Amino acid sequence: MSFIKIKFDKKIVLSFWIILIALIIAAPTLLPVFRLNLLGRYLSLSIVALGVDLIWGYTGLLSLGQGIFFALGGYCAAMYLQITSSSEFPNNIPEFFALYGVEKLPFFWEPFKSPIFTFCAIWIIPALVAGLIGFLVFRNRIKGVYFSILTQASLLVFFNFFNGQQKLINGTNGLKTDVTQLFGQMVGSESMQRMFFWITAFLVIAAWFFAKWVVKGRFGNILIGIRDDEPRVRFTGYNPVIFKTIIFSIAGGLAGISGALYTVQSGIVSPQFMTVPFSIEMVIWVAVGGRGTLLGAILGAVFINYAKSLVSEALPASWMFIQGGLFILVVTALPEGVLGWIQGDGPRNLLQRFGLKRKIETYPSLEINNKEGNNE
Amino acid sequence: MELLLDSLFNGVAIGSVLLVAALGLAIVFGLMGVINLAHGELMMLGAYTTYVTQLIFKLPILKPFYNSYIIVSIFLAFIVSGVVGILLEKTVIRKLYGSPLETLLATWGVSLILQQFVRSVPLAYGTGLVISLLIGLFLPTTFPSKIKESINFKYFKFSSWIFAALTGVLTGSVISSSVSKLSRASARNVDVTAPSWMRGQVEIIGTAFPKTRLMIIVITIISVIAITLFLNQSAWGMRIRAVTQNRQMSDCLGISTEKVDIITFGIGSGLAGVAGVAVSLLGSVGPNVGGNYIVGCFMVVVLGGVGNLLGTVLASFGIGIMTDLIGAGRLLSIWPDMPLPLSNTINFFATTSMARVMIFALIVIFLQFKPTGLFPQKGRMVEN
Repeated sequence: MSFIKIKFDKKIVLSFWIILIALIIAAPTLLPVFRLNLLGRYLSLSIVALGVDLIWGYTGLLSLGQGIFFALGGYCAAMYLQITSSSEFPNNIPEFFALYGVEKLPFFWEPFKSPIFTFCAIWIIPALVAGLIGFLVFRNRIKGVYFSILTQASLLVFFNFFNGQQKLINGTNGLKTDVTQLFGQMVGSESMQRMFFWITAFLVIAAWFFAKWVVKGRFGNILIGIRDDEPRVRFTGYNPVIFKTIIFSIAGGLAGISGALYTVQSGIVSPQFMTVPFSIEMVIWVAVGGRGTLLGAILGAVFINYAKSLVSEALPASWMFIQGGLFILVVTALPEGVLGWIQGDGPRNLLQRFGLKRKIETYPSLEINNKEGNNE
Repeated sequence: MELLLDSLFNGVAIGSVLLVAALGLAIVFGLMGVINLAHGELMMLGAYTTYVTQLIFKLPILKPFYNSYIIVSIFLAFIVSGVVGILLEKTVIRKLYGSPLETLLATWGVSLILQQFVRSVPLAYGTGLVISLLIGLFLPTTFPSKIKESINFKYFKFSSWIFAALTGVLTGSVISSSVSKLSRASARNVDVTAPSWMRGQVEIIGTAFPKTRLMIIVITIISVIAITLFLNQSAWGMRIRAVTQNRQMSDCLGISTEKVDIITFGIGSGLAGVAGVAVSLLGSVGPNVGGNYIVGCFMVVVLGGVGNLLGTVLASFGIGIMTDLIGAGRLLSIWPDMPLPLSNTINFFATTSMARVMIFALIVIFLQFKPTGLFPQKGRMVEN
């Protein structure tokens, strides 16, 4: 796989950022509320895609269970909102508890009365759960497809568990957030949603820089080393278990943040976040965007979801065909994703095929001109 | 005693569904190292084949043989799923050998397409499509070798595909005009009704067993025996095992690995079809029926150890019996006056979904001690 950085001029980079930030600030006035809300949701999904890219694109761990951490983050946020706006209900606990005859808040929800605890829990709890699952799996050197199957099985465990627990978390119905209050305002209101959009956009950028920082330097090199040849990393004296556990729990934390943002913007969190197809979709956003390219993960998540909503509005039946075809096409024809293809030799090869560009005489890796890049 | 027998039977019944579903997967995953997430959808095709066969056997010509339709549909389901599997192997999976994670994603895409296919294409034309695939893929292989080696073979191939397409369209329209239920696409679930001789119960040693469950157990036993005999006794079975053990060496010794791949994948997919027949007897058949089984199947294969049929058998019956023990809260009835916290815990897990939670958790714990399953493959490789 090739990792080529096209070096841009500083001015171009600066103007790109200015335009981007201007767009983010202006988006609420440019887009209708419905579309803005969709864009906000898809941006929050791009944070979980960043996590998937960190573990799959850089470390080679294909997790089919990111939905667990996504939903955990969502549940933390939703429960906080439900608890803080439950003062008018009997016993001062969220309304749904009354349906199942629960009179006292279950003890593990007690800390969620505090906003500070919740803001930390949104990312710490998923990260801890991911770390635990990851450690147990990696410790036994379970890897490759076995890891994928096990994460999928744990996803089902969590799904069944959350589905069955009406008394603790309202089971299948999930927790609604759009009629709850935050800072004296309805979470589902327009001004609040605009706020969430800005927070999401800011956090996506922050998460992107964080992910860039993670994969930079020696830590990132070890991750790529694990992806390409894990035994060799171990023989060199590193313990891959630690690195894999750390990166898996980072991805889990990102998924938690993403889930919380998605929940407040979609208005509900339910065990549907933990279904098998949703977690596999997360992988395909990254695969289409370009794994191993962080920007690709963000763009993939946003564009595929936008395409999904547009296609589903126009031709509801055809989205499954398109999505299935996309999976097959990306895997067989574009294994590095769209961005990977553009950054790699894709466009050049395409032009060569039509005779528009001269063939490179030497091996790409020997090319001195760094604009052409080098292949591993 | 009666309780024990009841529990054992229930466990074996659950386990045999798992086993027949996991058997094909164990072959494809265990022998070829291919993760086929479309396995559940191949099962779904088998279940729909049963439904279509049932409706066709209601036609006046075939009415006298109606009672035997379930037997016929087992063979038809094997063929239908096998053909779709072979097509899948020839178009997608062949390009992805050696990269299991990519196969996983691509087959997931295939499964989405298959699900939507049965929703939006009338089953009659779906049948026609499968028939034309069958003819198109297999007619050229039956030509005499003189034609096969001639330079014009591609034209023969092409014309056989045209013939196949025509036959497919013809069968499709004949079926759709004669069976009105199959002429319209529908996303709704359909029901397979068992023939009269399979309804009701059998009494063995004072306990009543439903006949459909017994039928599934019989199907499972026959499939396991047939596949074991095939792998261990036949020439192709030997070639398959040889390629599993050392692909390059088998290739050098003149075994056509390409053919072996096709046959292995075809048989694995065909077994998924047989599993589909079994599943169709248990409940209604819908586009999502396969998804309920796929993760359980993978757990069976992982627990049993890859590439080992005995492990698969033991794992699926183990999971089946455990599911029954936990899900029905049997321990409580065996030991009624156990301490309160323990009995509370058992009651907590005594539902179908919570039993699944418990089983998966137990499997994960088990894999802590034996990461490669019950019967691991022996070797001294750094990577396996």
